[in-house]
Amino acid sequence: MKAIVVGCGRVGSALAKVLHASGWEVAAVDESEEALRRLGERWPGEFHLGHGMDTAMLEAAGIQDADAVVVATDGDNTNIVVAQVAKLRYEVPSVAARIHDPARAKFYANRGFDIVSPTSAAIDQLTEWVSGIEVRA
Amino acid sequence: MFVIIGGGGKVGTNVTRTLLGLGHEVVVIEQNRLRYESLEEEFQHRARYGDATELHVLEDAGIGRPPDIVVAATGDDEDNLVISQLAQERYGVAKAVARVNDPRNEVHFDLLGISPTVSATSMVMALIQHEVPQHELVHLLELRKENLEIVEVEIGSGAPADGKRIEELRLPDTLRLISIMREGAAEIAVGSTELHAGDQVLAILEPGKEEDLCELLLAGKG
Repeated sequence: MKAIVVGCGRVGSALAKVLHASGWEVAAVDESEEALRRLGERWPGEFHLGHGMDTAMLEAAGIQDADAVVVATDGDNTNIVVAQVAKLRYEVPSVAARIHDPARAKFYANRGFDIVSPTSAAIDQLTEWVSGIEVRA
Repeated sequence: MFVIIGGGGKVGTNVTRTLLGLGHEVVVIEQNRLRYESLEEEFQHRARYGDATELHVLEDAGIGRPPDIVVAATGDDEDNLVISQLAQERYGVAKAVARVNDPRNEVHFDLLGISPTVSATSMVMALIQHEVPQHELVHLLELRKENLEIVEVEIGSGAPADGKRIEELRLPDTLRLISIMREGAAEIAVGSTELHAGDQVLAILEPGKEEDLCELLLAGKG
């Protein structure tokens, strides 16, 4: 049960820890050493320093036999491309990408990987909230 | 011709200027405010401010018409990939030309069906390799205008081509064999011609593609 988390900001690092706590073997990937700080000093999983587009680094992280890849860097387009590479080139069974822009999230839907769109989620939640607003008497 | 260019850096700006000079209709999209302002000064309404990977920015630039060509010329390969995918798959643009900044990313463009790609680094490297003399390969004639050259190679013993028919070699489109010289007699190379070590082969190819030829015809590097 092996997962790779590409992009270890707030979301990626939290998810890496959750995965590890649930028994996954986790390789975390980030461009910056600072990601290690977010993972915590005693991060027991692997950490690879590099860009998600770098196939040599992805292979060093074990993408060929990974069961899941989560792509959550701060760049929508990086996430879009790395998710497609994971799915099409490495045939990773489960791939998820964070895409902030709802328009791009919609265009890349149904391509064999899951999309999490925080912006759409916020819009949906706030829309629901709006419908419940009570006006002053 | 109508062309949309994503990215108004050095490449995008020069392509815009050249196309306009040839009388084409061009819109160039740039997301850096300062760079956009200097583009706007030179190209006026043909310059647009925004992120060329956003659908509404592309739509404002006229991608729905659609353009004949979209050029993805930003300094970020992931952006160029997404611009090209959106152009071809979302808006039905017939041709997307993408700039590849890091040659290691060319595999991703191939994987996602984006072609042709242009990589300055790869082109410079190809030309450097072209200038390095390879003793097994003799440059006989350069057809500069046609961007082709004719070279001569002697098939090495144990080379992948040794003992194979030409049609079995699956030659790339950038490379063709012309003739085979064996024991003093020449014959035109056809699909059924069998190659053997020691044959002198004339080949026509694009400059910079010598490596493809050498890999097939010369003995293994190991």
